[in-house]
Amino acid sequence: MMKALQTTIHAAPSAWRRPSLSMRWWPVFLRNLLVWRKLALPSLVGNIAEPLIWLVAFGYGLGALVGEVKVGGAAGPVKVPYILFLASGSICMSAMNAASFEALYSAFSRMHVQKTWDGILNAPVLLDDIVLAEMLWAAFKSLFTITAILGVMLALGISHSPKLLLAWPVLLGAGITFSSIALIFNALAKGYDFFTYYFTLFLTPMMFLSGVFFPREQLPGLVHAISDWLPLTQAVELVRPLFMDEWPAHPLRHLLILAAYASLAFWLALGLTRRRFRS
Amino acid sequence: MDKALLEVKGLSKRYGDNAVVRDVSFAIAPGECLGVIGPNGAGKTTTIRMCLGLTAPDAGSIRYFHDAARAALQMPRDALAIKAQLGVVSQFDSLDPDFSCAENLLVYGRYFGMRDAAIRARIGELLDYAALSHRAGVKPGELSGGMRRRLSLARALVNDPRLLLLDEPTTGLDPQARHLMWERLQLLLQQGKSILLTTHFMDEAERLCNSLLVLDHGSSIAEGRPRELIAHHLEPDVVEVYGLGALALAEDAAHAPLRALAARIEVSGETVFFYTEHARPLMDLLADLPHLRTLHRPANLEDLFLKLTGRQIREDA
Repeated sequence: MMKALQTTIHAAPSAWRRPSLSMRWWPVFLRNLLVWRKLALPSLVGNIAEPLIWLVAFGYGLGALVGEVKVGGAAGPVKVPYILFLASGSICMSAMNAASFEALYSAFSRMHVQKTWDGILNAPVLLDDIVLAEMLWAAFKSLFTITAILGVMLALGISHSPKLLLAWPVLLGAGITFSSIALIFNALAKGYDFFTYYFTLFLTPMMFLSGVFFPREQLPGLVHAISDWLPLTQAVELVRPLFMDEWPAHPLRHLLILAAYASLAFWLALGLTRRRFRS
Repeated sequence: MDKALLEVKGLSKRYGDNAVVRDVSFAIAPGECLGVIGPNGAGKTTTIRMCLGLTAPDAGSIRYFHDAARAALQMPRDALAIKAQLGVVSQFDSLDPDFSCAENLLVYGRYFGMRDAAIRARIGELLDYAALSHRAGVKPGELSGGMRRRLSLARALVNDPRLLLLDEPTTGLDPQARHLMWERLQLLLQQGKSILLTTHFMDEAERLCNSLLVLDHGSSIAEGRPRELIAHHLEPDVVEVYGLGALALAEDAAHAPLRALAARIEVSGETVFFYTEHARPLMDLLADLPHLRTLHRPANLEDLFLKLTGRQIREDA
C-alpha cells in the first residue's frame, strides 16, 4: 500500500477542467483596491475626462447637424435627440474600454512584469482565484468609471429616466463580459504591443458596428447580421431604451448573449492562463 | 535523522523530450537545512516548483508530515493546506512596488486568510528581524538589493511557516548583505524551522546546510553532509599552480616525481590543480620552482561541485 503511494504516476491535469472558485479571490481583489486607492483621484480624471470630451464635442457639435435620431423600442420607433442617443451608446463603450484596459495593461503588469501573481501563488491561493479576482476587479473599475460618467450625464441633464438605475447592473454585466474577454488576450500576450492589435482590430471596429455612434439600421445587410451578435451590441440595445425611459425590446435575448460571452470567455481565459503558468 | 517534515520520493518531470527532473528523492527534518546545488538547468527550480504544487510532477510523491497524529498531506492534492505552512522566497523578487514594506507584509498575510489585527501584530517583529524597522514606510523601489531580499524573507515568514523554500536567496547581493542574510537564516534554523535552499554559492551551502543534494541534468548525483561528501569524493588538500610554465608540470617527464605525489591532477586554463594527501612534500618540491605561483588550501565544496559536474560552461549558463 505504502509502496504504491510512493511511486504514483500522475496524469497531467487538464487546463480546461472546471474552475475551482472560492472566497480566496477576495484578498487579491483587496490588494488591487488598495493600490488603486492611492492613485484613484488622478486616474478618475483620466478615466472620465476622455469619454466626456467625446460626448460633449460630438453630442452638441454633431448633434446640432444631425438633430434627432429614430430608435426602435419595445413600443415602436421613437425620435430622440442625438446627444441622448450618443450618451447611451458611449457609456457602454466606456464600460468596455475601462474593463479592457484594466484586464489587459494593468493585469499584464501584475502578471508578467511585477510578478505579483507569482508571489501570490506561493501563498495558499489558486491561479483560478487570481484570474477571478482580476476579472471582478476590472469589472469593478469599469463600474466605478461609468458611475462617475453617469453622474456627470445626470448633472448635464442628458437623461432623467428613473430606469437608469437598471442601466447600472447591465453595465456591470458588460464590464464582466469585456474583462473576461480581455483576460483571454492577457493570457496569450508576450508583451504590451499585442494589446494594440486587440484594441484596433477588435474593439474599435466593434464600437462602430454596435450602434454607439449611429443607428445599426445604416449598416449593410451582412454587417448588420454580424453586428446582431457582437457583445457590445447587446449592452447598447439594453441600455439605450433605459436612457429614454423605455423598456428594451428583447431584454432576455441580450442578457443571455452577454452571459454566454462572459462565461465562455472566462473559461477560455482561465484555461489559457493555466497553460501559461503550466499548472 | 528525526522524522521528516517533508519527504520527496521518485520525483520526475519532463517537458516534451526534455527530462528536467529524473527520479529525485530527499527528506528534510525539522530544524534542518537541505541545500540543493547544481549547474544552471540542473532541475533545481523545477524541483522547488513541484514542492510548491505550481508544476505537476509526472511521477513521484511529495509528502508533508504536518502532524504526527494525522495522515501526511500530499502535493499536489493538498496544495493549499501545505502552502499554508510554507514560506517561499523565489529567485526573482515579487514584492509589490506600490506598497510600503509594512503594507507588503499586511497584504501578503491576507493571502493566508489571516486577520488584519493578527498580521499587524507581527509586522513590527518581522521588520525587526529583516533589519528594516527604520524603513517600514518605504517602498521596495527605494530599498537596496539586500534589503529587498530580506523583506521577501520577512514576507515569507508572515504565516509563521515550519518550512522555508528559498530559491537562490543571496544571488546578486554584496558580501555584507549576504552575511546578514546568512545570519538571519541561521537564526531561523535555531528556532527549529526547516529550510530547503538552492544556491550557486558553495560557501553558502557549506555554512548553512546540514545536508546537500547535488543535481545535474535533472538527476541526483550525490547526497550527504557537506564535510562527509568532501571527504568521500576528494583528497584533503588542493595545490593550485599557475604562472608561466605551470602547464609543463602536468606533462613533462621531468616533473613525474611531483605528479606521483598527487592522487589526481586537473588542468583548467593556465592553472594546474593537484589533489593530494601529501601536500607537504609536494609544496617542498614546488619550492624549487620559485617562478611559479602556488596556492595550498584544503579541498572545499567548490572542488567537489566541479569534480561532480565538470568544469565546462553549460550551454544555458
